[in-house]
Amino acid sequence: MRGPLSLIDIDQLSSEDIQWILETAESFEEVSTRAIKKVPTLRGKTVVNLFYEASTRTRLSFEVAAKRLSADVLNFAAQQSSVSKGESLKDTALTLEAMGVDAIIVRHSSAGAPHLLSLWVEPRIINAGDGMHAHPTQALLDLYSLRKARGDVAGCRVALVGDIAHSRVARSDLQAFSKMGAEVTLVGPPTLMPAGVERFGAKVSHDLDEVIPDCDVLYMLRVQLERQAEGLFPDLREYSELYGLNSDRMRRAPRDVVVMHPGPMNRGVEISAEVADDPRNIVTDQVVNGVAVRMAVLYMMLGGD
Amino acid sequence: MCALEEMTGVSKESVRVMEEPDIKRALNRIAHEIMEKNRGAQDLCIIGIRTRGVYMAERIAGIIREVEGVAVPVGTLDIAMYRDDIGTKPSPEVRSTDIPCDVTGMSVILVDDVLFTGRSARAAMDAVIDFGRPHSIQLAVLIDRGHRELPIRADYVGKNIPTSRTEKVRVALRELDGTDAVDRDSQEPEGLDSSVREGS
Repeated sequence: MRGPLSLIDIDQLSSEDIQWILETAESFEEVSTRAIKKVPTLRGKTVVNLFYEASTRTRLSFEVAAKRLSADVLNFAAQQSSVSKGESLKDTALTLEAMGVDAIIVRHSSAGAPHLLSLWVEPRIINAGDGMHAHPTQALLDLYSLRKARGDVAGCRVALVGDIAHSRVARSDLQAFSKMGAEVTLVGPPTLMPAGVERFGAKVSHDLDEVIPDCDVLYMLRVQLERQAEGLFPDLREYSELYGLNSDRMRRAPRDVVVMHPGPMNRGVEISAEVADDPRNIVTDQVVNGVAVRMAVLYMMLGGD
Repeated sequence: MCALEEMTGVSKESVRVMEEPDIKRALNRIAHEIMEKNRGAQDLCIIGIRTRGVYMAERIAGIIREVEGVAVPVGTLDIAMYRDDIGTKPSPEVRSTDIPCDVTGMSVILVDDVLFTGRSARAAMDAVIDFGRPHSIQLAVLIDRGHRELPIRADYVGKNIPTSRTEKVRVALRELDGTDAVDRDSQEPEGLDSSVREGS
């Protein structure tokens, strides 16, 4: 496998590429079950986590993945760096390049930042979330988790529920799930649907209760609490009433429905505390699988010539 | 293949060096040598190196079970994560590894189809040691074709086959290829295919 020079979005991967990543992740999963959780595969490589936005699981997940492959990891948080003195993204990236890093894992609040980086510097660029654009490794780990939970993604009826307009997870998941043969329905209030949503080629619904009896997967997106200030939905209670997943709705879903969430969960908003703790909610599996999938992505990007 | 040979002027000659009964006898002998050297089958763990080593390991364990009445644990090892040429060619495929027992204190028999440069055996030894501290590691191969690049030798050899560096040795096993056979393909002129790896 010859990996891409930069991983910006799901649409640059073919379904064969995705298949390769998922199968490789399966092999790497075993490493995390060993007494000594480390293999020498990427020794001598250096990766940097360049995070301009807060993150818990994505950053830690990439760090654990890189360390299990014996790569060296540098962590960069914008708040504690020269960025606070006004250093630009480009100069920061050139500094990292000068230090000889092999890959830059970047999260940024502006869509397109990872793409720009890939034009400016030599190291491999991996998008760990850019603005409202894309979050490809989240989509890959979601595919991997769903495949483990259901056996196959093809033919699965997936409802992506919540703030579709502002969610990079929704965009990447929609592409990834559709590419692997799942049937995706986007569910949310009209104010949280992006303009021109029809062009995505997915079904759209504003009524969660109508969708629930006929879906295999309920993917609950995080309500970005800061959006309420923009007046896009009246209040959290109403949102929760109409689009939150609670025990009542779970009873109307197929018995073997799979519940997914990218984390962090707002308990009591998009997902009730009871459903958050329901064994059909695979959010912690998603975290576990994230490490294996990111090992596969790092290996794809750095293991070749 | 023929068209390619005509176009490039490369002549290729294939010689059958082992037939099914030869392979059966060789594995039988290897299994007996393993039992002899280890005084039975206690504390043995047989680990096949992917791909064809895995089937050989299962066959050897089957013979030991028949003779000694002991079910020896059989494992599968993929060495891609331990290769020394990472970063010099496209990322090799990584497949699963399954070591069914704690190797600490065990005598580990690594099984591979062809021993060539010794680099696969080196990678496999490093991998096994990451799982624990075995009492010993021994190496069993169906074919030893020479041309070592590391100080490694096999403890059990089915057949020594003198080869030139550019020749290919192809091992076919029933479980994967539908038939048991070993062929040597000579390829002229020399030096065309320097990337020929053992086994594959």
